[in-house]
Amino acid sequence: MTGADAILRCLEAEEVEVMFGLPGGAILPLYDAMARGTTVRHVLARHEQGAGHMAQGYARASGRVGVCIATSGPGATNLVTPIADAWMDSTPLVAITGQVRSTLIGTDAFQECDITGITIPIVKHSWLVQDVRELPEILKAAFHVARTGRCGPVLVDVPRDVQEAELDFVFPDSVSLPGWKPPRRGHPRQITAAAQAVAAAERPILYVGGGVLNAHATDELLALAEHGRLPVVTTLMAKGAFPESHELHAGWPGMHGPKWSNWALNKADLVVAVGARFDDRVTGKLSAFAPGATVVHLDVDAAEISKIRHADVPVVGPLRPVLAELTKALEPVAGRTGPWLRQIAEWREEYPLRYEEGEPLKPQRVLETLQELTAGRDDVVWTTGVGQHQMWAMQYLQCDVPRSFITSGGLGTMGYGIPAAVGAKAARPDATVVCVDGDGCFQMTQQELATAVLEELPIVVVIVNNGYLGMVRQWQDMFFEERFSQIHLTQGLPDYAMLARAYGGVGFTVESDDELREALREALASGRTCVVDARVDPREHCFPMIPAGAAAVDTIEFDASERVVA
Amino acid sequence: MKHTLSVLVENKPGALMRVTSMFARRGFNIDSLAVGPTERHDVSRITLRVDCAHTSLEQIEKQMHKLVNVLRVQELAPGESVERELALLKVAAPASKRAELISLAEAFGARVADLGPDSIVFELTGTPEEIDSFEELVRPHGLQELGRTGRLGLGRAVRGSKSRPQHALI
Repeated sequence: MTGADAILRCLEAEEVEVMFGLPGGAILPLYDAMARGTTVRHVLARHEQGAGHMAQGYARASGRVGVCIATSGPGATNLVTPIADAWMDSTPLVAITGQVRSTLIGTDAFQECDITGITIPIVKHSWLVQDVRELPEILKAAFHVARTGRCGPVLVDVPRDVQEAELDFVFPDSVSLPGWKPPRRGHPRQITAAAQAVAAAERPILYVGGGVLNAHATDELLALAEHGRLPVVTTLMAKGAFPESHELHAGWPGMHGPKWSNWALNKADLVVAVGARFDDRVTGKLSAFAPGATVVHLDVDAAEISKIRHADVPVVGPLRPVLAELTKALEPVAGRTGPWLRQIAEWREEYPLRYEEGEPLKPQRVLETLQELTAGRDDVVWTTGVGQHQMWAMQYLQCDVPRSFITSGGLGTMGYGIPAAVGAKAARPDATVVCVDGDGCFQMTQQELATAVLEELPIVVVIVNNGYLGMVRQWQDMFFEERFSQIHLTQGLPDYAMLARAYGGVGFTVESDDELREALREALASGRTCVVDARVDPREHCFPMIPAGAAAVDTIEFDASERVVA
Repeated sequence: MKHTLSVLVENKPGALMRVTSMFARRGFNIDSLAVGPTERHDVSRITLRVDCAHTSLEQIEKQMHKLVNVLRVQELAPGESVERELALLKVAAPASKRAELISLAEAFGARVADLGPDSIVFELTGTPEEIDSFEELVRPHGLQELGRTGRLGLGRAVRGSKSRPQHALI
């Protein structure tokens, strides 16, 4: 068989259900092999960036490895953003790119680019396949590296002649990667020390990051929190990893987290970081972050230990067994965390999320309405773009099940939402997939609506349309003395509802509470690809906010008396 | 504070680039770097001198361990390891100065690698500090060209040698 056929046999052997891609010259043999037949579904994206984010959305919704495919040169460079995004958010991703023929490499051939070189800083590992006989082992290794240890992206670059060359195909049973040894379990002594620290603490808190989802350890997390009566804050990446309706859930920490959540994290005497990396958007000013806390850090990636914040008790290992063993080792003192939990509940009462209701339609109202209409459902998957709408989605949507909130955290990639939703729908055909988008984000990846319609992967896109690059507007307003610069996109251009129809979907334009509710109800029930263009008050800022580099105690809250008039 | 790291990597295309790219990306400083084969044909050794003024050695080692091609990272602690460097120095040597320069070289154990009418190329192997000293001594004579390999090191052969592996043993 040819190398191209071998790639498909490898994907089948890895039990890949779906791959996302776009053909081109250097990857033609692989697409020709697809035409000969494969059990792997191919979803044809309209842009390679879309294919990459779809594979990410698929991976995040399913907990499996996402696969995306592109041709050489511009096809490959268009994958750079999704690969970087997967790197920052530890999303398991295998990117397969075509490359010019081996004999042409290095000659500046048509559509040649050194994609393995370009992506070195943003992949766990990459391979340029030089001999077709190496192909099966390389692909097996690629999947292994992507999903073991700390998850992340890998890239396999396959020259066209390698795809065409013949080989005797055997899928290897094992891979030989002498330099890749992710930890298999946490050190028992460290786990005991962690358990003692937790039992001794008066104001402990679990600071949970996306690593818990990658580790499939959400049940173990719940067991630990309940056993120790420990409050839990979940980062943007971990939203849904712990049920948000649970009494122990203490909200979301960080720049736009509620004040009570940030206080809970910052006034704790013990912070147990679980698959979290002390990102600057969570810590704010590092010297003022949880200043009185001892830190226990549980992570599969040893390099995260003490990278940002010194860990007093580090535990390196896969979180699932680590959390289970920690729960077993923990002997909580009955009632010890009671006063602390009551204190957090008081703060929660004292500092609720606030905004001023009224006309024009408030963006927060859009999210509240979405929440009302989907309350209690465990078959809704949310994706978002990046910006104000994303932060409101974090604040107002309640996620009680893992993998129900898929967003670009570390890289902050605008345009992530629509393709990620298409990928999530491929992973969860039974679920209602809703992309909460901004008007700026929408215009970066809107073409994937065609993919959603034609591939029968219907999604609902709700545009929180303020006609501006809203988060930039907010920063210019607050930190650049209201000098607005190059942020006005215009609320009515394009006509998003008409665009939805142009792509074969259903479009709604809403400007009031009533219209909003009706359109959302219809869109959520339609089973078709819908775009709800919600025209909202452009003056609205996302609060609370901890300015970049400030401490949690410096939170700026909503203040109706200081409304900025545009 | 500077440290010497001895890193074994798989002898695969791009392995060195992955290491140096990671240093560049993370803002770690490399003072010197030497790469070459080892006793195993499929393994190369990279000897790195790193400046840990702004980053902890531990963080550098852990980041290196995450690279798939990196097999082992070991700190060569002073006193527990042997470190050597090779230098070639082209020094201006008019006939009147030759004898003086050659006797200076003998004191350091440097060889004359090449001799021309106006200059001499010396070859010196030694500790990086010895090479520094020799360089300083010949400089006033007119150091025309200098090439150094960067330091190379191995843990000591003596029993009880304590140049310890520095993996995250947590």
